[in-house]
Amino acid sequence: MLAIWRREVQAYFYQPIAYVLIAVFFLISSIYFTLGTVAARVAEMNYLFSSITFILTFVIPILTMRIMSEDRKNGTEVLLITSPADVYQIVIGKFLGSFTVFLVMFALTFIYLIILFVLGGQPEIPRLIGGYIAFLLIGACYVAIGVFASSLTENQIVAAIISFAILLLVNLVDSIASFVGGFAAKVLDIFSLLSRYSALNSGILDLTSIIYYLSFVAVFLFLTTRVIDKRRWSQG
Amino acid sequence: MIEIQNLTKHYGDIKAVKDVSFTVNKGEILGFLGPNGAGKTTTMNILTGYIPSTSGTVKVDGYDIMDQPREVKRRIGYLPELPPLYLDMTVTDYLDFCASLKEVDKKQWKSQKEDIMELVKIAHVQHRLTRNLSKGYRQRVGLAQALVGAPDVLVLDEPTVGLDPKQIIEIRKLIKALGKNHTIILSSHILPEVSAVCERVVIINNGEIAAVDTPENLSRNLDNFSRFTMTVAGPEKKVKELLQQVYGVKALEVKDRGKADEFSYIIESDKELDVRKPIFNKLAEYGYPILELKSLGLSLEDIFLQLTTEETEVN
Repeated sequence: MLAIWRREVQAYFYQPIAYVLIAVFFLISSIYFTLGTVAARVAEMNYLFSSITFILTFVIPILTMRIMSEDRKNGTEVLLITSPADVYQIVIGKFLGSFTVFLVMFALTFIYLIILFVLGGQPEIPRLIGGYIAFLLIGACYVAIGVFASSLTENQIVAAIISFAILLLVNLVDSIASFVGGFAAKVLDIFSLLSRYSALNSGILDLTSIIYYLSFVAVFLFLTTRVIDKRRWSQG
Repeated sequence: MIEIQNLTKHYGDIKAVKDVSFTVNKGEILGFLGPNGAGKTTTMNILTGYIPSTSGTVKVDGYDIMDQPREVKRRIGYLPELPPLYLDMTVTDYLDFCASLKEVDKKQWKSQKEDIMELVKIAHVQHRLTRNLSKGYRQRVGLAQALVGAPDVLVLDEPTVGLDPKQIIEIRKLIKALGKNHTIILSSHILPEVSAVCERVVIINNGEIAAVDTPENLSRNLDNFSRFTMTVAGPEKKVKELLQQVYGVKALEVKDRGKADEFSYIIESDKELDVRKPIFNKLAEYGYPILELKSLGLSLEDIFLQLTTEETEVN
């Protein structure tokens, strides 16, 4: 598992992809920060978190598109599966690899916090912590979705489109739920990552939300192992 | 070392492997021979735990691949048809990765790595990206990968495919050398390769085993003059009479060659008897010279084609 994690992190940073994605993320989130926080004289980070979560909708699919599909295409999947590692260990290792790149983006957002303090802002600490935790967890969920999408195909572009579509739905699910109402709304609420996000973001350290996010990650990683196992049964 | 019993694999309605059983003894080099699409790769993929079988069992060193996959996988080094290289890694990084993936002890790994690189002769390219290596070197790195963790069993899927003749000879030499302390299963659709390297051959066709034997036995007819054709200058009737007098000649057939006193004879004799010398002596005695003598024994190619080409049209 650690071997795979290390190899994936290396793979991201040997190639320009991680740098480009991190740069794009940082650029756009800086624009949000400058206009939405500094220029608007808002002395808090949480508004910013909501905005930059939206950037992840575009960044994460590109980050994760190669994570599983590339192994299938290059034939290195054989190496991983015929090694003593279990499929779930492979999937977790891969997930952690992509998640590590996300962590770099996450770490960069602390720069904004420092600037905020330097400029004399005094954000509420509980809300701040809640916001950071929520952003971290939602990033984990997005990466898990991306890993799952990447296991469905050996074509990276298709993988990116699938995870982008899922993430867009996640973004829209609240509006859809309020539109349809009733039981359907309750079902859709299962996929509502963002409604729980607002709770955490407003400083309520809601344990159920945290558990919800962690289970969400676990479910998608589990589904990924199922996809791989199922394909092993049916392919040559 | 390896026991395969009643192995069957279906893909939907397609039966890729049908009831295949064979064993490989410790220290043996077994050739797995068959035309493309015969089920060689499928069998190897099952054996190495890449894909599960529909039914049947595979045991390596007593461990079942379905029940104790870890134990089996630890004992097998697998080189698939396409070497599973990460093209964005250098050779040395790649081997380090394989070692930690295969849970090789860190202290042992350093010396083991040097041994492996020396054995497959890749030490001088160790700092190059695998992307920039030639096909032959990629194959070697793939082989090095299979050797990581010093597994007892090596499974090599068409290890010489796509290499140039010089590289092929080198890889074969290497496999023979590895055979001294590994049990090896090697697949191929090239016969001379199998007879050059392997001690025993399993011929597979349409997912079924067509024959299991040593390459020598399979090609016993190759250098065997129990059936041969001979051209003799002399009157047909007289020569035929003389030949029939030779002890050991069982069947005789005459073919007209369109010349007045030249005839070809197809002779069959007992397997153990070499009748060529008595025939020569007999004919020399009467002054009928032998102009030509040629074995009609089957080559490995003939045997292979005979065993494997009955129903190609149906599929």
